[in-house]
Amino acid sequence: MTELLKTQGIRKHFGSFVAIDGVDLTLPGGRLTAIIGPNGAGKTTLINLATGALAPDSGAIYFKGEAITHLATHQRVRKGLSRSFQIMNIFPHLSVLQNVLLPILSRRGRTLVPFSRLEREHEAVTEAERILSEIGLGGARDAPAGALSHGDQRLLELGIAIAPSPVLCFLDEPSAGLTPVERATVMELARRLSQRGTTTFVIVEHDMDVVFSLAEWIVVMNRGQLLAEGPPAEIRGNREVREVYLGEEF
Amino acid sequence: MMAGRPASRLSLLVGLLVVVLFLLPLLAGRYPLYLAIQILILSVFSLGFNLLFGYTGLLSFGQAGFFAVGAYGCAKILLAVPNLFLGLAGGVIVAGAAALLLGILSVRHTRIYFSMLTLAFGMMIFSIAWKWRDFTGGDDGLVGIPRAPLTIPGLGSLSVATMERYYYVVLIVSLLAILAMYRLVRSPLGLTLQAIRDSESRAEFAGVPVRSYRLAAFTIAGLYAGLAGALLPPLENTVTPPVAHWSTSAEPVLATLMGGIHTFGGPIVGAFLFFMIKDIIVRFTEYWLIWLGAIVVVLTLGFRGGVASIFANRFLSGPVITRQSEPAPPPAT
Amino acid sequence: MDNIAFQGLIGLSLAMYLWLISAGLTIIFGVLRIVNFAHGSLFMMGAYLAFTFYGLLGLPFWLAVLLSLLGVGLLGFVMERFFLRKIYGIDEAYQLLLTFGFILILDDAVKIIWGGVFKIPPIPAFLDGAWRMFGRPFPVYNLFIIAVGILVALGLWVLFEKTWWGRLVGATASDREMASAIGVNVPWVFSSVFAFGAMLAALGGALGIPVRVVAPGIGAAMIIQAFIITVIGGLGNLKGAFVSSLIVGIFSAYGTLFFPVFELFFIFVIMAVVLLVRPQGLFAR
Repeated sequence: MTELLKTQGIRKHFGSFVAIDGVDLTLPGGRLTAIIGPNGAGKTTLINLATGALAPDSGAIYFKGEAITHLATHQRVRKGLSRSFQIMNIFPHLSVLQNVLLPILSRRGRTLVPFSRLEREHEAVTEAERILSEIGLGGARDAPAGALSHGDQRLLELGIAIAPSPVLCFLDEPSAGLTPVERATVMELARRLSQRGTTTFVIVEHDMDVVFSLAEWIVVMNRGQLLAEGPPAEIRGNREVREVYLGEEF
Repeated sequence: MMAGRPASRLSLLVGLLVVVLFLLPLLAGRYPLYLAIQILILSVFSLGFNLLFGYTGLLSFGQAGFFAVGAYGCAKILLAVPNLFLGLAGGVIVAGAAALLLGILSVRHTRIYFSMLTLAFGMMIFSIAWKWRDFTGGDDGLVGIPRAPLTIPGLGSLSVATMERYYYVVLIVSLLAILAMYRLVRSPLGLTLQAIRDSESRAEFAGVPVRSYRLAAFTIAGLYAGLAGALLPPLENTVTPPVAHWSTSAEPVLATLMGGIHTFGGPIVGAFLFFMIKDIIVRFTEYWLIWLGAIVVVLTLGFRGGVASIFANRFLSGPVITRQSEPAPPPAT
Repeated sequence: MDNIAFQGLIGLSLAMYLWLISAGLTIIFGVLRIVNFAHGSLFMMGAYLAFTFYGLLGLPFWLAVLLSLLGVGLLGFVMERFFLRKIYGIDEAYQLLLTFGFILILDDAVKIIWGGVFKIPPIPAFLDGAWRMFGRPFPVYNLFIIAVGILVALGLWVLFEKTWWGRLVGATASDREMASAIGVNVPWVFSSVFAFGAMLAALGGALGIPVRVVAPGIGAAMIIQAFIITVIGGLGNLKGAFVSSLIVGIFSAYGTLFFPVFELFFIFVIMAVVLLVRPQGLFAR
């Protein structure tokens, strides 16, 4: 398995609060990984550091062997990183199709085209339509994204994240705020996409059902550090992890 | 995007309007032509402003700075070389360069800082125009600017001394500018700018270098402001510092608010409304700014859609601004 | 050398006017998250009102200043309560548009009510005269302004650290939802803060009348410089605003000495440098 993302000794603090306290993590390709941990463990901060939303105070980050520690977010995305957001982050006033079209255009380097009509981008539009049918939103193609239901917006969020065919895709609490039915749909989609093999998913989650049904590998964080990592069965039996979760049922 | 009756009816209306505009010198006297020229100039000015505001989400209170650079640039050229083509081109280029330069300093900030900076930079240009007597003529401005003939090297020279002739120059230039802007907002670039407006972080994560695109939008808006400004000196034969003042920056703001931020044509409709209202108010009082301000306040409080949104399908046409401010950075989990 | 020190003193007194207006702007932003574009106009209103009471009606100087503070405080309250409050929670662009509209209204309003430019009224007797500083007579009034500025700085520190209202405001500033949840009347806090910030601007305007011309448009230069100060110091940062006011005031004075035509431009260059080198402001956290 190729090594996709590697962090070496990264640290991040906000004022006196240490969010990440020396994390060495390696994420190989082809293995659906879940990152879990109690609130404040640093999970989202880790994603922010990996994707370039934040810069680490110290340490280094590598993607496919290349140092990306100081690269801007859009440059990392160009290299194949992607993410979805915990707090819904779509383009509310663009149509559903346009939401997914943009990252595709960006990957094809077509965003700077100033005078040709958008509809002329046939290949990109076809690809966008394919993704929409993949996530089940094909019918809402021209609706403004802000008008979708919460669950559909989550699906769209996922669609935008996978649209540029990323190599590594972080999903930040993809099931947050969803009804059980919606959650099942999102998880099914994630599983299906993961099995296709083109994209490796890393999911940050609180919902243990989701984690144990999807993940092939689990990374446990606590207080800004890696507590444990391993296959689900191993983590389930890990005493330290159980203590951290204070008796939560696995 | 959508082939249907509303769209084709709109195209018919627009087509009719363009025909009327071309026939205007036959139908109306000098004063309506003069007014029409001013409306066209403000339309171009406002379209550039709205590319920045409605489409990219950046509110600039300093566009008059680039308007002035275009105006003074064209004037200086015309005073040296009486060639309207060179004057217009020169004014636009200098304004674009100024926008590029100031844009580099301004677009790297949050939207609030950006707005503050644009106000400051606009007034900086105003104070330069006011104080640099040797170059700009100070508060007397530049006078005696000729309505020079349109001389395109290799094609010949056309005199535009009469109001009718100059009107046609302004009309054709404006229509070309409007057409270019129309193509632009419907293009991938236009989509990218709107995405940046909707969610800067999402756009970044879609692989878009947000800052660079904002700079592009700012520069284009500056080019349009410069073009609008450059069309002014041959009309009035003078340029004075108030063209750079924030009260001038308020004009495209008001026109766009009145006509509608949500639609492509809004700024143009608004430019028309602007002059209609101003014409009326100025007959009763010299204190026009207080009314300008009052209308801005009323529109901001109650009627943010403007006139055009009543008629147009807002999802088709593009931008709508009612969202919250930038979301806070995601909480640490 | 003495000339330079002397000019520095002039810059210091200039800085205090800038400080008064920037302090109000900063406090309003810090609590309400609104950039009040019309803050320069409030400064101007303070000057006009004080001039009316002192220069036209002949009231004692201190009373004129006090009345002008109350008047502008009331104006600020009205602006917040009946206009700004209606657009909280929607795109911040509309707040900027609204306060921009206020500039246009107030700028013309003073022309309508008061007409054109006025003569400068006499300095109140007990503040008149000059002291020798660095070999030249330096107006006592300018020293008075410097003293007021420093007192305001100290006073604000005490206000926000030690008093009940100050701490209430601080709590609301950091988390308005939490403040509301524990029973703080957030709208009332907002109105009082806006009025307070307006009064600070008015103080600057009012205190300036014996030495600065009262004319339409004096708000313009002040708000531009206040913006520059805020950008340099970091928005919402009171300490940053104070230091930046000193920087801008003093450099402005030197600019007048060495680059008389372009002194405003000179300040812009400083701001541009700060923007390029440290865009979040010199004192941002």
